[in-house]
Amino acid sequence: MAKKSGRSSNRAAPSSSYNFGGSWSASEIELARRHARRARNKKSALIAALSSFLVLGTLGLVLVTSPGWETLRNTFFKWAYGFEILPKILLGFTTNATLTVIAGTSVALIGLAIALLRTSRSPALTPFRILATVYVDVFRGIPMLLVILLVGFGIPALQIKGLTNNVLVLGTLAVIITYSAYVAEVIRSGILTVHPSQRAAARSLGLSNFQTLRHVVLPQALKRVTPPLLNDLVALIKDTGLVSILGVTDAVRAAQIQTAKTFNYTPYVMAAIIFLLVTIPLTRWTDRMLRNSYERENAVGQA
Amino acid sequence: MSQAVLQLEKVRKSFGSEVVLEDISFKVLEHKATVFIGASGSGKSTLLRCINLLDQIDDGQILLDGQDISAANVNPDEVRKKLGMVFQSFNLFPHMTVLENVILAPTKVQKVAKEKAIDEALELLDKFGLREKADQYPDRLSGGQQQRVAIIRSLARHPRLLLLDEITSALDPVLVNEVLSTVRDLKSEGMTMVLATHEMGFAKQVADELCYLHQGRILEWGDPSKVLQSPKKKETKEFLRRLHQAGRL
Ligand SMILES: Nc1ncnc2c1ncn2[C@@H]1O[C@H](COP(=O)(O)OP(=O)(O)OP(=O)(O)O)[C@@H](O)[C@H]1O
Ligand SMILES: [Mg+2]
Repeated sequence: MAKKSGRSSNRAAPSSSYNFGGSWSASEIELARRHARRARNKKSALIAALSSFLVLGTLGLVLVTSPGWETLRNTFFKWAYGFEILPKILLGFTTNATLTVIAGTSVALIGLAIALLRTSRSPALTPFRILATVYVDVFRGIPMLLVILLVGFGIPALQIKGLTNNVLVLGTLAVIITYSAYVAEVIRSGILTVHPSQRAAARSLGLSNFQTLRHVVLPQALKRVTPPLLNDLVALIKDTGLVSILGVTDAVRAAQIQTAKTFNYTPYVMAAIIFLLVTIPLTRWTDRMLRNSYERENAVGQA
Repeated sequence: MSQAVLQLEKVRKSFGSEVVLEDISFKVLEHKATVFIGASGSGKSTLLRCINLLDQIDDGQILLDGQDISAANVNPDEVRKKLGMVFQSFNLFPHMTVLENVILAPTKVQKVAKEKAIDEALELLDKFGLREKADQYPDRLSGGQQQRVAIIRSLARHPRLLLLDEITSALDPVLVNEVLSTVRDLKSEGMTMVLATHEMGFAKQVADELCYLHQGRILEWGDPSKVLQSPKKKETKEFLRRLHQAGRL
């Protein structure tokens, strides 16, 4: 842990902090340069603020003064009503959250298993490898909504004893089926980017096939695919809303029920805001990770 | 006379229709170093990879301490425990520190206790002047340092035989020397080695036997100064002349 942070802080440190033992203070030229840079940054910030204020202000003004604004506000943004029904939607959102956690964990495990299967070369696993390939091809190519409908309505229609008719369970299953296919591909691509020479080096050290995978290939592969996997997590969170079509009372369904009662669309907007409150921070964080990993990859080889 | 650590008998290797090694026979005695020279593509890397069982030979036999390691029922993992290999491109594991790189095989393959492995690793790093780099990641090291760590990594397993494949060709001349002096130290300690190299001066210093590989065959072999100074075959002469022109002799 301490090692890791030491490494990143190294990179972040500006070159001026290097100290070669002697007492160093910036030269005239460097001071002038810093002064000029600061002035330029100040000017950039000012321009950004001014142009944002103008553009966004104008847009807002146009919206508010337009003839339909009153009706629009009453139909979509009736905040008092929105806060009144907020608890119901939040209660629904706990279903989305639970579903995300359960599906996310299962998807990670199943996706990893499929990726390992597809990249293995063991002859004994050949039939499973073929099945895995077919599985990924099929479920990456079908709209998830269709999978949800097929699983959610299709399985109960079989009327097999012992099989669940619980729409929440079936909906979750459908989400897991689809996302496992996506995630398996992401992880597989990560495994393929680890250079074969790494494998050769590990094998020549006497590590077994499994040890090579466990200690050398997977750690590098998973580190590389973490950002795209986080991307998939964001997508998963919002896609859990799709199970509402089966009648599961999640945030989307809860909003729909309210809207049907009053013909006011504020509940939908409230649900949207709740999703955004979770997904936007996660997206920002993912972006940062992506940028960091890009910089890290580019730092390699400079030595 | 002691038994050979490594012995190859009429080894042949091809990739598809391209024959890369043909009729390769030689012996390496304990504490001795055999050096292979030859043009790019002559099959040096392939030869070392075959000895390490990373590539499968098509014909012939490879004996390690008298045991036929090219037999069908041999477990490559068991054989590789006795061999150390260092590659042209270092191949350190980028997600592990120098120390973690070095103790990986001892702890996972030889099942040495972690504390003991760390002690031994630090001792080795110390010996080769890399002690203070133990907690660094490989991308923070110079090429020469990385290659020395790669050598130490394969030494930590106490190999019976060390295979070194053009370990200096990715380095600039200054760094080459630090790596070569490491190898010289190993040689003087009695390590048995097979090397492929483009550094003729170095080859002359460490080699007990020098083999000139030409299009997959050992064309000329023997005492290094003899092969280098008075080659018999015209191909060897031509190769050495070209090296001379390139200023590498
Ligand atoms: N996996 C492979 N598949 C097909 N051909 C290969 C493979 N590996 C090596 N070869 C071929 O075998 C021949 C010998 O290659 P090798 O890498 O052993 O040469 P080398 O003597 O080590 O050359 P260099 O000095 O450039 O490293 C080359 O013609 C190469 O194209
Ligand atoms: Mg080579």
